[in-house]
Amino acid sequence: MPGKPMPDPSPETRPYWDGLAEGRLMLQRCAECGRIRHYPQPMCPSCHSMAADWVEASGEATVHSWTVAHHPFHAAFRAELPYVLVTADLPEGVRLLAQLRDATAEALRPGRKLRIGFEANEAGLTLPVLRLAGA
Amino acid sequence: MQLANAAAVTGVGDTDYTRDAGGRSVLSLQLEAALKAISDAGIQPRDIDGIVMPSPSSPVVAEELVTNLGIPDLRFSTGTPLGGAGPVAALQCAAAAIAAGICSHVLLTLGRTGRTGQRIGARIQQMPQFRLVGEFEAPSGALAPAQYYAPMARRHMEMFGTTSRQLAEIAVTTRQHAILNGNARMTTPLSIEDHQASRMIADPLRLYDCSLESDGAAAVVVSAADRARDLRRPRVLLAGMAEGHPDSPSAITQRGDMTRLGLAKAAPRAFAMAGVTPADIDVAEIYDCFTYIVLCQIEDLGFCGKGEGGAFVEGGALGLQGRLPVNTHGGLLSQAHIAGMNHVVELVRQLRGEAGRAQVPDAEVGLVTGYGDLGDGTLAIMTRG
Repeated sequence: MPGKPMPDPSPETRPYWDGLAEGRLMLQRCAECGRIRHYPQPMCPSCHSMAADWVEASGEATVHSWTVAHHPFHAAFRAELPYVLVTADLPEGVRLLAQLRDATAEALRPGRKLRIGFEANEAGLTLPVLRLAGA
Repeated sequence: MQLANAAAVTGVGDTDYTRDAGGRSVLSLQLEAALKAISDAGIQPRDIDGIVMPSPSSPVVAEELVTNLGIPDLRFSTGTPLGGAGPVAALQCAAAAIAAGICSHVLLTLGRTGRTGQRIGARIQQMPQFRLVGEFEAPSGALAPAQYYAPMARRHMEMFGTTSRQLAEIAVTTRQHAILNGNARMTTPLSIEDHQASRMIADPLRLYDCSLESDGAAAVVVSAADRARDLRRPRVLLAGMAEGHPDSPSAITQRGDMTRLGLAKAAPRAFAMAGVTPADIDVAEIYDCFTYIVLCQIEDLGFCGKGEGGAFVEGGALGLQGRLPVNTHGGLLSQAHIAGMNHVVELVRQLRGEAGRAQVPDAEVGLVTGYGDLGDGTLAIMTRG
């Protein structure tokens, strides 16, 4: 059975993955105008600077949308079905896609508060996960 | 140089659409469709002087068409890499090349063995336009178009009260049209209850919200409008065309308003070019990889306001006797997934009056859309003339 998809980081995206490995969600920030962008990319679309630094996300999030995966599009995820993929708004102005933990989709509504957590998969890759805030 | 009405679709052709083309190559399917389209136009293969390949992910390149069809002097060759938006983008590209005086008869073909060859879902993450979702979303388990698009549908439901039964209306009407077609894969009647009982794929998208994987090919010939007057079939003019790209084109997750597709930007341009409004449209072939994508495009085309698509499609509104006949051939949902080239073919047949049992009476103005690569949108408005 093929393993789960693994990222092939570029120099521009490696700090994101290095951050996750340390249990931190790192977001790319334009060093010129301060705009935070996600997913990481070489150029700021506002001021076109290619200088960037990285800031750690606050860990807060709210529900924007979601889906529940039922069909096994990939054999390596079959044992986890059904799983909930949440699209979450971050107060930093970007969004995060991550699996929901310790709750079902019935608890979700747009604007529902979430907390970002971290979890290593069986291949040792640390990924962000989302839980209901205050739960 | 003006694009409106500079070119016309003069020939259409398609193969049988099947679950299994018996091991035939994509090239052989495309050649069959191409030859039919060229014959339908009343020209010879040697008259083709332009080729636009709508899908560069296809294994077929223009040179193979030249070699097999014996085209002596190809003057223009390019591709339109917009996934399912590619065929309609190729219409605009062909019309532009003709309007510029580069060529006179442009061949567009698209074929696939999506059922028996490489499955669509399996190759998506190797495509460069999916690099971001491949790196940042696939590791968490977002792996296929149904999973990318389901959050758009869920957001629409939460914001506007859209329901799964409304999505079912689209699937049911599209199936009714496929049953009338004669060259469609799905020919058993479908009810709203069948749809509601079908298994969940990626909530809120059920099995019958999803399109087919199929084998087959379709082709069209686009000709200079002044040359088209002399050819075999009634002339179908390309009156208005446009393409549009959504905000955050490579990641739906990061799109400010995920209920607005690239088509929302393209539609006003194409309607203005054609000099018509949505009220003038007699028949619409709307890209339907998923039912929700049809609903969202109906809004983005301006047939109703954002959020009103659910109510718009109720009560058989998309049927042949409804207020807007949609996907009169059965679409990707029930005819075959030929990446929307089958939608182009069907619109031309409707405007010629050749659509058989699914003919919309007196169809004179119609549109066809394309949708692909996470939200790119294309639109062509055609008129009988």
